[in-house]
Amino acid sequence: MNDNRYLRQTTLKSFGNEGQQKLRSAKVLVVGAGGLGVPVLTYLNAMGVGTLGIVDNDVVSLSNLHRQVLYTEKMVGQPKVLAAKNQLLAQNSDTEIIVHQTFLTVLNALQIIGDYDVVIDATDNFPTRYLINDACVILNKPFVYGALHGFEGQVSVFNYGDGPTYRCLFPEMPGADAVPNCNDHGVLGIVPGIIGNLQALETVKIITGIGEVLSGVLLLFDGLSQRFQRMNLSLNPKNKSIIQLEKSYEFECEIPIASIEAKNFQQIYTPGGTELVDVRTIKEFSRQHIAGAKHIPLSELKERANEIDLRAPVYIICQSGVRSKKAIALLRELFPSNEFVNVLGGMNHIDVYALTH
Amino acid sequence: MNVLFFGIAKDIVGSSEILFSDEEAKPATVAALKKDLIKNYPEFLKLKTLAVAVNSEYANDDVTLSGNDEIAIIPPVSGG
Repeated sequence: MNDNRYLRQTTLKSFGNEGQQKLRSAKVLVVGAGGLGVPVLTYLNAMGVGTLGIVDNDVVSLSNLHRQVLYTEKMVGQPKVLAAKNQLLAQNSDTEIIVHQTFLTVLNALQIIGDYDVVIDATDNFPTRYLINDACVILNKPFVYGALHGFEGQVSVFNYGDGPTYRCLFPEMPGADAVPNCNDHGVLGIVPGIIGNLQALETVKIITGIGEVLSGVLLLFDGLSQRFQRMNLSLNPKNKSIIQLEKSYEFECEIPIASIEAKNFQQIYTPGGTELVDVRTIKEFSRQHIAGAKHIPLSELKERANEIDLRAPVYIICQSGVRSKKAIALLRELFPSNEFVNVLGGMNHIDVYALTH
Repeated sequence: MNVLFFGIAKDIVGSSEILFSDEEAKPATVAALKKDLIKNYPEFLKLKTLAVAVNSEYANDDVTLSGNDEIAIIPPVSGG
């Protein structure tokens, strides 16, 4: 490590070489490489955190770029963890980047989180937030929470020493239809940048011991009025007594699925190279289909699943993108460790003329 | 008494703040305030989990309210 690199922060008296050394030895896990994860990763990497783990199973899409500023137009269609790793290593080649190309699930959460000192909740959905909370309580790890709604954001540090947990703030997971996410509700590009940077700052404080960690306080930010509010909260001891994960954290009938926009899919698709499964009916398929697509109607999928080549990510398409989700749910049960990607909007969003000419 | 709304609560109410004048009838507890909100804005029924801060302190349903309190209604937010 070149000492000059971090001179401007090691010069800070309360930080110093000791703080730098602590960052160097720290292992931080960032769950989600999207709007919040990107600024967290970028700054922790620049500042010299020794080991950064990234959990994500999504691909870069064009509609990510307004807020996920680590990614470029050329990376559209690439898995986020791989695009992020390349960018972060170009920024700081000293960092060890560990890629977990998967969503965080009940099956892998304890194992993945167990290897790290601090966890960053940079996800975009409630099931994963509650999963992170419970896994961190079980493993006794602090986690830095950040979440967005439109022009607003929330930040706190949970499970830090004797401090409160996420369940002390919101005991129960809201229903699937109660609170919209960024995809449905929208988010101004800069807001995750602000909230993610606050999360990165809290992470540095936890690792180095400088300042006051935002434990026992929920920080609320409103971008439209540039106003911060604080709410103090305390531990409800029963929330520390979790000893095992719940069987499932999913909303009923809703599962997080890796997806790609149709036009991005068209850019990466090579007939005969990319494994594409079309799950529409025979009638629909015979009317029009993408050259090279493997046709297995949804009704026959279970019996004929062994026809799918699982060596690379498998893309699933239907007419509008709804049946393909059902197909992926089914395939995941059969092949839990393989990657299935939903083509958003299905054939309705595919430019068939461009694909066949 | 003034009540600040965040996240989806702000969208439901259509405003970031409601002020109660001294003459107006005011809810006596956090539970009564939540009940009033559901009565006036039925969409609050969907929010099973809703944090309420009274003078910047997390408040359970049985916390009593008084005229000068500043209250914040803080629903969970999921975006990232």
